[in-house]
Amino acid sequence: MPTHLSARLCSLALSLFLIAFALPALAGPFEDAVAKFANDDYSDTDEAIGVVAASGNPLAFPIISALQDGRLMVDLDSKKVYVTGTDGKSIDAATGQAVASVPDSASAVRLNNRLRRSVDAALGSLTLQSPDVGTRLQAAQSVFKSHEETALEAVDAALAKETNRSVKAALGEARAAILLFKSDASEVEKLEAVATLKARGDQEAMALLTGMGDQPASVTKAAASAIGSIQSSLAIWSSVQNAWYGLSLGSVLLLAAIGLAITFGVMGVINMAHGEMVMIGAYTTFVVQEVIRTRYPALFDYSLLIAVPLAFLVAGAIGVLIERSIIRFLYGRPLETLLATWGLSLVLQQAVRTMFGPTNREVGNPSWMSGAFELGQITITYNRLWILVFTLAVFAILLAMLRYTALGLEMRAVTQNRRMAASMGIATSRVDALTFGLGSGIAGIAGVALSQIDNVSPNLGQSYIIDSFMVVVFGGVGNLWGTLVGAFTLGIANKFLEPVAGAVLGKIAILVLIILFIQKRPRGLFALKGRAVEA
Amino acid sequence: MLSKSIHDIAASFSRRGVLAATAGLMLGLAPLTGAKAADDTIKVGVLHSLSGTMAISETTLKDTILFLIDEQNKKGGVLGKKLEAVVVDPASNWPLFAEKARELITKDKVSVVFGCWTSVSRKSVLPVFKELNNILFYPVQYEGEESERNVFYTGAAPNQQAIPAVDYLMKDEKVKRWVLAGTDYVYPRTTNKILEAYLKSKGVAQEDIMINYTPFGHSDWQTIVADIKKFGSAGKKTAVVSTINGDANVPFYKELGNQGIKAKDIPVVAFSVGEEELAGIDTKPLLGHLAAWNYFQSIKSPENEKFIKAWQTYTKNPKRVTNDPMEAHVIGFDMWVKAVEKVKSTDPDKVIDALPGIEAKNLTGGTSKMLPNHHITKPVFIGEIKANGQFDVVWKTPGLVAGDAWSKELDGSKDLIGDWVGKKCGNFNTKTNKCLGSGS
Repeated sequence: MPTHLSARLCSLALSLFLIAFALPALAGPFEDAVAKFANDDYSDTDEAIGVVAASGNPLAFPIISALQDGRLMVDLDSKKVYVTGTDGKSIDAATGQAVASVPDSASAVRLNNRLRRSVDAALGSLTLQSPDVGTRLQAAQSVFKSHEETALEAVDAALAKETNRSVKAALGEARAAILLFKSDASEVEKLEAVATLKARGDQEAMALLTGMGDQPASVTKAAASAIGSIQSSLAIWSSVQNAWYGLSLGSVLLLAAIGLAITFGVMGVINMAHGEMVMIGAYTTFVVQEVIRTRYPALFDYSLLIAVPLAFLVAGAIGVLIERSIIRFLYGRPLETLLATWGLSLVLQQAVRTMFGPTNREVGNPSWMSGAFELGQITITYNRLWILVFTLAVFAILLAMLRYTALGLEMRAVTQNRRMAASMGIATSRVDALTFGLGSGIAGIAGVALSQIDNVSPNLGQSYIIDSFMVVVFGGVGNLWGTLVGAFTLGIANKFLEPVAGAVLGKIAILVLIILFIQKRPRGLFALKGRAVEA
Repeated sequence: MLSKSIHDIAASFSRRGVLAATAGLMLGLAPLTGAKAADDTIKVGVLHSLSGTMAISETTLKDTILFLIDEQNKKGGVLGKKLEAVVVDPASNWPLFAEKARELITKDKVSVVFGCWTSVSRKSVLPVFKELNNILFYPVQYEGEESERNVFYTGAAPNQQAIPAVDYLMKDEKVKRWVLAGTDYVYPRTTNKILEAYLKSKGVAQEDIMINYTPFGHSDWQTIVADIKKFGSAGKKTAVVSTINGDANVPFYKELGNQGIKAKDIPVVAFSVGEEELAGIDTKPLLGHLAAWNYFQSIKSPENEKFIKAWQTYTKNPKRVTNDPMEAHVIGFDMWVKAVEKVKSTDPDKVIDALPGIEAKNLTGGTSKMLPNHHITKPVFIGEIKANGQFDVVWKTPGLVAGDAWSKELDGSKDLIGDWVGKKCGNFNTKTNKCLGSGS
């Protein structure tokens, strides 16, 4: 035993010795490279990244990851470079020794896009064997993107040790990408690489295959067939993608129109201020987020959940106020209602402009509304997905409310036959106010969701009012299901037209189609039948 | 406030041709809000929309001119007289711009007007300034192809913004494939025409250029962003040159961020996105996207630091940002003051003749000069968006670039020059040695 122990101690001492003395011995080019960060010149920084990453120095990873996060500080006067850790402690980048504090005059090393790509590539090969699966996967993906020959060794080493299936696949793809561009790779290796990329089958794989340059004839042929098969599978995915985009656009249209389906569809009030109710909902979200940001930052992810009921109440209350003070005097006079609500919309816009300023207000996306995930070959963004879910939920709740609650029953009674409802003892004017408030409140809720994808500015409502009327009229006035079908039909039609005709022509085409459709069926898709129509 | 709302309503009605008579009646009331002033002041007209869609951008410019007038008056005014601002609100309504310009000149008797943002509003007021012979300082980057005797263009012409930006991407980012995305109106269409011709002259093939237009206020960018992604994965470095205007930018950038298009993969260089526009967006996903301007708030120069401080003190808002069109107004205002002092008169004819050759310090440490074609010399900067909503300058032109009124890239205009000093002509053809005159 004692011999064993002493041997261990010996090797420990030796490795300590190596760490202590071998570092400065190696430090010539490494130190020079680190010093280049202090030149505040993009080309020098780029060179430094390359040398530092390839140096094998244990400081390489902390330096480059600090560079990525803006924690690599330089003091331009003393030309010293520091790494500030995520814990706030700092070390001297050249020697690794801890320093008490970074001078105040130091600033972070500046990056541009070219350098960010270099940093990604460098970090990729440095973190291929990180203990964290997510980091390894990301590393493999950035090596795939940069596919630089120098990373091949690191990829092979990582591939030999890797046990996780998806990381292994990503490493294989990264290896294929490197080999495809490596001039001295054998034909067999290249053919294998083409097959791997064909199996990956996405746009990035196709990009590599199209851009690979001069290759042996057999490889070019294999690549051509791989491109062909990827293209045909992508074509199918692109119609799936159009359908998804259509659903998503449809859900936004539905959300914007659903409140109008109540005020215009059910009550028959041509409410030009509908868009402004949406805007008020969006501004409510802004105010809620402001309060949360300053007082309870931890609650930020719940800000939308808090904003939904508040937006409903605020917009609903304003709706009731408008109904009581203006609209109730104008029932049965559509032209005057149109003008009065139009004027009201301008007053509301200008009021908001005076209160919050004319510029856009920043409404943030909570973390669960940001980003996207891949479903096959299409990208689905979380905010669009949640808006679709939210819209359908609002629709279902509204439908249930009209069908199963006492207020819903009274609303339907009053709108279908006002005099008879009054004879039955229903306070029609109260029901009118509540119905209008309900429509406005739902518009307010729509504003909460729309604040996630659009500008929060005083003009927010204007951009939705035309679309909302279009959906309600197309779907059939007075029919909620018609609004639902109308919105999704218009959304999907728009999204299938857009790639062919372009956004501008696509929109015009949709308008022309609606005009033609209304000529044929003036009451929309789902016309109401029966006596209510005549009332 | 009340009069503004009435005014706004009136403006919107007349825009839609509804109740034109009522609108006319209401417009008749509007001048009551104009200032009544003593004769010992020099009046300066401010023609920027304070309501409607363009208020988002133009309100700041109105404040800028009020600020500059305030500063000038502290220094004793001009020619021993105080300056007095006459502010009107053309309400983002293009025909109303012409009416308000006429009102400023004939009724309020202003000596000069600072105003307009969109090209269509400038085109709308042009005949009024020509007919009544007054001066307009126009502070916004625009599509060029114009040089008028009564207008001084202090914003960038395409060769002072678009072309240098494309050069940067070509040289520094090695971009080979180009998406030209814009809002569907005159500025993006003309700029993209110029850029397309320029790219082709640099050997870019037709299949490597994708041009895309969207309506004003476009908010559903899913398809277009997916198209850009697809276009960008053809194995060549791709960039987007964006002339997307106004409100459509926020959803565009949000969609880019959400679909995971990072600047390091496909950079977007924008010509209409500045500090003011970014104030309404969460900029973290936009890190590294680019903008080309002649001024950035983040540029370190003694002039700029002084200006930002004074501006934030004046607006009583320590976070208030500055932007490129504001700097254009600063330069234009300074040039006008210098020209008036040079000829000791505010008479438009004398001032118009005096302006070319006048120099004024810009805020980025250089000196801009008014050229005979009524455009100015400016430096061009490329900035990358930082996480705090400001820009980090990554490239700039070595010196000042002289603004071309007529693009050298387009067949129809490459032989034309504007020269109001020697030739007294805004569209002089150097090949035929003839002045095309007005109406071209």
